[in-house]
Amino acid sequence: MEAEAAARWKPGTRRWRRALEDRRVLAPVLIAPAVIFIALVVGVPFGWAIYLSLTDAIGGSLSGSWVGFDNFTSAWSDENFRKALRNTLIFTFGSQAIVLVGAAILAHYLIRDFRGRWFLRFLIILPWAAPVALATLGWLWVFDSLFSVINWTLGHAFGVVDSNDPPQWLGRPNLALLSVIIVHAWRILPFAVVIFIAGLASIPSEVDDAAKIDGATGIKKLLYVTLPLQLPIALVALLFGIVFTAADFTVVYLLTQGGPFNSTQMLTTWSFAIGINSGSLGEGAAISLYLFPLLAAVSITMLIFARKAQVS
Amino acid sequence: MRAVRRKLSTYLVVGPFAIVLAFPFYWMLVTMFKEDLDLYNVENVPYVYNPLQWRFWESATTKHVEYVFTDTQYTDWIVNTLKVGAVVVAITLVVALPAGYALARLSGSWGQSAGIAIFLVYLVPPTLLFLPMSRLIVELKRLPGIDDEEGLKDSLWSLILVYPSFTIPFSTWLLMGFFKTIPQELEDAALVDGCSRIKALVRIVFPISLPGILTVVIFAFALCVNEFIYAFTFISSSENRTISTGVPNELIRGDVFFWQSLMAATLIPSIVLALLYNAFLDRFIKGFTGGAFR
Repeated sequence: MEAEAAARWKPGTRRWRRALEDRRVLAPVLIAPAVIFIALVVGVPFGWAIYLSLTDAIGGSLSGSWVGFDNFTSAWSDENFRKALRNTLIFTFGSQAIVLVGAAILAHYLIRDFRGRWFLRFLIILPWAAPVALATLGWLWVFDSLFSVINWTLGHAFGVVDSNDPPQWLGRPNLALLSVIIVHAWRILPFAVVIFIAGLASIPSEVDDAAKIDGATGIKKLLYVTLPLQLPIALVALLFGIVFTAADFTVVYLLTQGGPFNSTQMLTTWSFAIGINSGSLGEGAAISLYLFPLLAAVSITMLIFARKAQVS
Repeated sequence: MRAVRRKLSTYLVVGPFAIVLAFPFYWMLVTMFKEDLDLYNVENVPYVYNPLQWRFWESATTKHVEYVFTDTQYTDWIVNTLKVGAVVVAITLVVALPAGYALARLSGSWGQSAGIAIFLVYLVPPTLLFLPMSRLIVELKRLPGIDDEEGLKDSLWSLILVYPSFTIPFSTWLLMGFFKTIPQELEDAALVDGCSRIKALVRIVFPISLPGILTVVIFAFALCVNEFIYAFTFISSSENRTISTGVPNELIRGDVFFWQSLMAATLIPSIVLALLYNAFLDRFIKGFTGGAFR
């Protein structure tokens, strides 16, 4: 026991060592670095965002004079802002509706063991694994105004659309909003599938057996056994999806930059336009903070839910 | 008969989903080897190389793919991404390993709450923080040792400083999940044998958790590769870009798109990451749900 011999010479180290064996001391010591780091790189900027939103700070400075809630009210009175708020809600809930339905179906089948599962799973998680900005460029090309492969297929191959005047996926207000919804649903779907699979895998096999004995099969089993048991994990997937979508900047910015005519402007892209491009740091911060009630609601739901899961 | 039907229905559902989800990547793959004359002719069937022939590669070209590597700064961006990712992952592990372990084992009921609190931080999105952050990294010039007038702006160090803000909460959560799956008895045995807790941690717990730790490395690294808005607002010179911002900002010149080159630059990292994800997916699921939602 060399270490102990060494410690005997220095009583201070020894006391420290002994304290480290006590979990009431050791646990905080091990957790402290993470908490301090997070407080510095998340807490400080977050506090600063709130401070900035209450000042008239402009680009290139970190402070301004106090204006109270002026930034919030002036943002609200801007028609573009309310459009952005409305778009953010449509974008978030529209894409998550697609994701939930798709993931529930796909996970149900993908959890089975079959030949070629590895390869099919690889294809399915591609949209999630690809870096967002790069995957979005792929869609920019798919939706190209002249050489869109979708329009070629619909026009030249099936004759459903007029090849001389094909749909401008990113160039018409409603179509553009639909396009960004589809791209984001496409991106989040594999992630939701993975979470669903985790949820399905955690359903004990006894439940399956009990259902079989009670004569529940097929649709009946899906409706009364599998889906209710899947509900908690579906909620987790949904909450994640909401946060990732409402806070997305990359997909919308690279596809449409908020256009045409602000029809795909989101809170994130609008706060970027005001805060960075126009240099109104204070108002930009206020706009992005409008996201916070939504995120807080989601987080609190999650917290309550986690508590419940822990009790049962 | 039932078994056959079951199998068939699986392929009938999973197949179409896979085709739709992977379609943009197939389109990238076809595009990157196309000749200009073939690509920009709407009379041609876009799914194949024209003129169509059995030896289809004779209608294709690799020159646009080569262009990305020889005539652009693509390789620089890959190196930058790897550098940032490596340092961030290292910082993340140093901070998240002890925290994850403590939350899984040592702390009582408040540990569960602390774990969830740390995880909730992961849900505070960069889009909420990028505005003050873009100024704060400039203000870091006041710190000793940073001489630049612009602070850490346009330096990879700004990304290295900021990225752990999302990798640490995420990794702590995953690691907590992994550590919970390791039987407590293994450590107890080591403690009885006279190991200190720290020693038991380093000698026993970490080695068994290696697959889990590797999973965290992969996914934390992927988060760094994915990040866009910080890299977009912090970095301004083309040689300091990461791939996520370099490809969209530097390879697109005004309204001129070199689609073949762009798609090559896009597809290559996507495939690499997807292969890694697929290999570590089962472990990811285990750690992700092992935390609390069981």
